[in-house]
Amino acid sequence: MKILPRKDVVIVGLGWTGAILANELTDQGLDVLAIERGPWRDTATDFNIGYMQDELRYSVRRDLFLQPVVETMTMRNDPSQTALPMRDFGSFLPGNGVGGAGVHWNGHTWRFWDSDFKTKTNLTNKYGAARISDLQVEDWGVTGAEMEPYYDQFEYLAGISGKAGNIKGQLQQGGNPFEDARARDYPNPPMEMTYAPAMFADAGRSMGLHPFPTPSANMSRAYTNPLGVTLGQCTFCGFCERFGCANYSKSSAQTTILPVLMKKANFEVRTDSEVLHVDLHSGGKSARGVTYVDTSGEEYFQPADLVLLCAYGLHNARLMMLSGIGKIYDPNTGEGTVGRNYCYQTNAGTQVFFDDKNFNPFIAAGALGQTIDDYNGDAFDHGPLDFVGGAGINCIPTNGRPIGTRPTLPGTPRWGSAWKKATVQGYKSTLSYSTQGSSYATRNNYLDLDPTYKDRFGRPLMRMTFDFPDNDIRMSSYLSDRMEDIAKKLGGKQYSVGRLKKGWNSVPYQSTHNTGGAIMGADPKRSAVNVFLQSWDVPNVFVIGASAFPQNAGKNPTGTVGALAFRAADAIRNHYLRNPGAPLVQA
Amino acid sequence: MGHRYPVRMNRRLFLSSVAMLTVTAPAVSLARTLSGSLPWEPMASDPPVQVLPGGWQFFTPQEAALIEAIVDRLVPHDELSIGGKEAGCAVYIDRQLTGAFGTSSRLYTQGPFLPGLPTQGYQGEANPAQRYRAGLAAIDAFLKQRDGKAFADLKPEDQDAFLTAMEGGKVELPNGVKAAEFFGLLLQNTMEGFFADPVYGGNKDMASWRMLGFPGARYDYRDHVGKHNQPYPLPPVSIAGRPEWLGKGT
Repeated sequence: MKILPRKDVVIVGLGWTGAILANELTDQGLDVLAIERGPWRDTATDFNIGYMQDELRYSVRRDLFLQPVVETMTMRNDPSQTALPMRDFGSFLPGNGVGGAGVHWNGHTWRFWDSDFKTKTNLTNKYGAARISDLQVEDWGVTGAEMEPYYDQFEYLAGISGKAGNIKGQLQQGGNPFEDARARDYPNPPMEMTYAPAMFADAGRSMGLHPFPTPSANMSRAYTNPLGVTLGQCTFCGFCERFGCANYSKSSAQTTILPVLMKKANFEVRTDSEVLHVDLHSGGKSARGVTYVDTSGEEYFQPADLVLLCAYGLHNARLMMLSGIGKIYDPNTGEGTVGRNYCYQTNAGTQVFFDDKNFNPFIAAGALGQTIDDYNGDAFDHGPLDFVGGAGINCIPTNGRPIGTRPTLPGTPRWGSAWKKATVQGYKSTLSYSTQGSSYATRNNYLDLDPTYKDRFGRPLMRMTFDFPDNDIRMSSYLSDRMEDIAKKLGGKQYSVGRLKKGWNSVPYQSTHNTGGAIMGADPKRSAVNVFLQSWDVPNVFVIGASAFPQNAGKNPTGTVGALAFRAADAIRNHYLRNPGAPLVQA
Repeated sequence: MGHRYPVRMNRRLFLSSVAMLTVTAPAVSLARTLSGSLPWEPMASDPPVQVLPGGWQFFTPQEAALIEAIVDRLVPHDELSIGGKEAGCAVYIDRQLTGAFGTSSRLYTQGPFLPGLPTQGYQGEANPAQRYRAGLAAIDAFLKQRDGKAFADLKPEDQDAFLTAMEGGKVELPNGVKAAEFFGLLLQNTMEGFFADPVYGGNKDMASWRMLGFPGARYDYRDHVGKHNQPYPLPPVSIAGRPEWLGKGT
């Protein structure tokens, strides 16, 4: 093993969070190295406007994603079953390479609410402890007001297009009336609406609901961010999620940070290099660096004073387990924090079929649409209901790519002339929308290491034990009823409302919003990191990502991940560095 | 604190697992250290290579006759479009089976192979290339035993009846081939070929895109976003352009 010269900071993974932390800490004058498992990627070469619109290559074969041969995980629905490897990814698709999942996301950019950050306290106060007795929800240890400046920072970095609903307590016409107060409006106006979301919003308004433009990381106009990096206007190409953007009009590390970061002499990235584990000093109370292997097959020890885990949330949790940072959660005893409170997203879809409409589904962007939050989180009274949590109802038609997007009436054959006729009829005239629901933690939904299956280096795969909690199924059923109300209002000749069932299936795509596993909190017995995302057990390690969410809200996670990254950077710059190696919060 | 899990992989294995990742790329992506500027070099991009019809790279002539007959029933020729055979769906599948998809080289293929729950996905040891080889042979053997004929020689309605029985798992194919599972693979790949960019060998002349009204690789619809409920006026274009652009003298 080669031992390399020391760095002030080593960052594992150069996606959204790694790039934000690297840019902030190089501004502080630190010598920062990022180690990235996947390749270097940039717009001009890899997201080429001549061939990026290739559905087979990028969406079906998923060229830009993490491939299971490199790392997968095993799954089962409950602890009585034997977990088996996901031989291909399906339900969720982790990213790979510089830019991470931020390269191929859709760009929905939400703020969680104060009530989301205080889930346990809020629900207990409102409905009593018995209502959440079968859940393992937690408070985050932060307030919405504390998070606001960091959300603002991320939204202005990323050039989010949207309409504020509440500026300093003043409700804003056309925005989300349920959001917390924000200091100022979004940096860019909402995107121009296509036909389907415009119709959906009209139907919602006529029912007394409050539709508003989904906050989008697709640019409604050219935008220069506070770092001086310019993005171009979105062209509604319809190749967003699973694709890199060839127009520089979807925010990612590439389009917002890297042009500045890469020029700094005190920053360096090593690509196609996989960190195997964090190395700890004897006693296990502080990290001394990381061990990684590159494509030569050689192993390197990279000493560093500060280690930041900025991989995908699931991989952060696994790296902690493989490195002996914190204790792995055991559902039998409830002890251990790493792998605890793994959560997901609770979704269902609706299709409304018309004869006389042409929605031109291919004119689309990843986050171009309308959302109704009247039944999300704490926006409605759960007193008479049999569940907690909620969902956004989203009409965000992202594409008309024909291998994957061919809605047909229920009962249509899958092949032959009748199939073809129904496919042509359904392609342009179907309006789709869906619920994106909260996912609340339970004792038996967790991550640990698999006893049988190994990765290419012979290390245990992570094991995911997950099913939709009964509470979340009841929530989703109530929200499907609300989707049905809207479907009736929209008219159309027929509709089909999805109903989520128990038995999470790892095969069909659902959502790459995997949260938890290294959750933040105020109590080291129930959280892996403190409220600044610093490991309770190894204080010179920070773990940054959706791994920190104690449970997931009915919203996409990236806005909150970005805000938490800025907050951790702020804590490191202004507090941690005054007394390096010391905990920012006393256990 | 030492490693808890010793690394056991030699250089050859590591390189092969990296190479598998980049099967469409001309070169293996190797570790690099980057600092001081955005790295860029001309002609570093990695465009797709046009599949040319003619000859079979995976299928035997007998298999090719069977697969062409099947794709022509899954996507039949009718007033809406050409059929799957003329569209090139069998050529598409042939080329896919010789690449990363056929060999599962990007997937997790380590054992033990255990029967799984439906929620755990495909757990078989066979890759798609092996499944096609076994599945097509099983169909051929079954029909020759039952009808004394090859699939291609059956009447269209009898072909459809057989495929419907396969789809519903109501055929006991020989050699342990699961009819419904193999039918699912056939259907998935046929539809991929029919609807993918023509550069991959199916969807000849963008037949399926013309049928749907999908404009393909155009990439800029800013002038039509606000034109709600109005047909998009332009014909489709593929990554390789439009056939008219490739005519003589242009």
